[in-house]
Amino acid sequence: MIELIAGAVEAVLMILVGLHLAIFLLYFERKGSALIQDRVGANRASFTGLGRRLGMPNLGIINTLIADPIKLFTKEDFVPEGADHFLHALAPFIALFPVLITFVVIPFGDTITLGGRTFGLQATNLNAGALYLLATIGIGVYGVALGGWASNNRWALLGGIRATAQMISYEIAMGLAIIAIIMTYGSLDLQEMVRMQGGVWFGWLPRWGIFVQPLAFILLLTAGIAESKRVPFDLPEGEAELILGYMIEYSGGKQAAFMLTDLAEQALIAMLLVTFFFGGWQVPWLYRDGFHLPGGAVIALGALVVSIAGIVAFLIKVVIVCLFMGLIRWTLPRFRYDQLMKLGWKILVPLGLANILITAFIVVVAGGAH
Amino acid sequence: MPMALFWFLAAVSLISALGVVLQRNPVHCLLALIVTLLTIAVLFIGEDAIVVGFLQAIVYGGAIMVLFLFVIWLLNLGAEVGPTGHLALKFFGTIAVAAMAAELMGFVLPPHLQVKFAGHAAGYGSIDSLAQKLFSEYLVAFEVTSLLLLIAVVGAVALARRASASELAERAAAIAAQRAR
Amino acid sequence: MPPLTYLMALSAAIFAIGVLGFLTRRNILVMFMSVELMLNAVNLAFISLGSRLGTMDGQVIVFFVMTVAAAEAAVGLAIIISVFRGRETVHADDLTMLRW
Repeated sequence: MIELIAGAVEAVLMILVGLHLAIFLLYFERKGSALIQDRVGANRASFTGLGRRLGMPNLGIINTLIADPIKLFTKEDFVPEGADHFLHALAPFIALFPVLITFVVIPFGDTITLGGRTFGLQATNLNAGALYLLATIGIGVYGVALGGWASNNRWALLGGIRATAQMISYEIAMGLAIIAIIMTYGSLDLQEMVRMQGGVWFGWLPRWGIFVQPLAFILLLTAGIAESKRVPFDLPEGEAELILGYMIEYSGGKQAAFMLTDLAEQALIAMLLVTFFFGGWQVPWLYRDGFHLPGGAVIALGALVVSIAGIVAFLIKVVIVCLFMGLIRWTLPRFRYDQLMKLGWKILVPLGLANILITAFIVVVAGGAH
Repeated sequence: MPMALFWFLAAVSLISALGVVLQRNPVHCLLALIVTLLTIAVLFIGEDAIVVGFLQAIVYGGAIMVLFLFVIWLLNLGAEVGPTGHLALKFFGTIAVAAMAAELMGFVLPPHLQVKFAGHAAGYGSIDSLAQKLFSEYLVAFEVTSLLLLIAVVGAVALARRASASELAERAAAIAAQRAR
Repeated sequence: MPPLTYLMALSAAIFAIGVLGFLTRRNILVMFMSVELMLNAVNLAFISLGSRLGTMDGQVIVFFVMTVAAAEAAVGLAIIISVFRGRETVHADDLTMLRW
């Protein structure tokens, strides 16, 4: 019974963490992009004006995190004439739901012992976690497709078709990258994969996945950014051509749901990259009893400190990968549709297959995982 | 799987299956079919067929239904308007199907179908045991299935592509030659 | 675990609904969806029987049924598209060119 409650609490926590990361990415869209593009960004709104009088720079928090959401949620919610009311209302939630429920299988810590009971730090321990990932990412296509179709607007439909084609093409590349990772670790369970990334090679190099599967990292990064329809793959929301693509006829809370889907999926891809390639919650050289540094020094730490260090390390890694994806966003121009399809089918899929072949060869020759 | 969950899933799958056959708008039928498929996938997972259950969600719900959706878009199908007729077909069809369902239930419901169920072995339904069976007993079927998929892909592309200009000219020339004879 | 009878009854019911859809609806795409319903009902029967008998054969057969259904859906939809190109209709009553 208490396992159920612990699992429910962890699930809610993970979903909240995902949503908070999405909000952080929203903030990064305004101020981080300003930093990268050498401008100031949002800096006008303030309640009392005290900060400006004291000479502090305005961080734009009230702009992006208070004023924008209030504006979005209080806008009138209209359905265009001739649109299918049921599908129009359903689409944003079909888009958002699969992204949110995927957060629960991602392990964010080893185990934590509170009050004498040991809890695994993963909301649900599915021993087919990687398959669950692929299933939910596949379901996420429908929200976009139905949003474009149900709007009774040809630009929305065009954006919806482009988005669907893009998502199903890059799902294949993502699946191939994940297959290579599954073959390397010999397990479908995400917590197992992270556990196998503990330890060191040659006495100092942490056994992270990126050293074993660099090609799969590049594939998953590209395919993941394409799945979440972020720049440079944001053709569905063309902005110069389609204004907002499949989101044109949405306003208010439903548009907020679509925007949140994009950002939350980017956070999800960042968490997946960290889990598969950057050791998840593993801190380098930190074992269950403390640090075993390469020089030979051993720093003993309590079990609770080790668990919390794992959680903090996971969050830091996810934020760094999110910032890296934001950097990619503000650097590269948008792909054209034919370039996008060519990249997905003619470059990523053969590379993924070659990666699987090489990985299979190495796994058989080396005799087992790693 | 607790019985309450089974009753819920059974009710949802029956209602959405009825929604598939009774609704007028093909897109609504498709959505109802997706709900049915995902419910059946959850029933698979409840029967410890974990990998096959997720595969059902991935392959059916994530790929085949998207294909259906694309075709509905391509053909620009709207809701069917007006009475669709065929009352005799619908009436007698319903009676025939009800009779068939009654016969199937008569076969399924009596207690001789009770199988003594002792619980599953440890690795039942995992990807290991599925792969064991696939690559030893069913290896020929596996290889033939890959060939089948290749044929299906080539066939679908060949059937659905538009004829190029030279092919259209060829066809027009062949028809003209036929008429001249 | 639900008793085997209930699962088989559910499978029979979904199969019957699929047959009903195939017989009564005249829109080809909805008929195709009814065929998919029938296939899934049979999949459910295979899985539940395989599970109660403790054998993996049911799941392997469902694996193959799923693959074949995917191939069949692709080819069937391609046929529907080419028929639509020629005849501009998906109503089964209008596709009577081969009838004598």
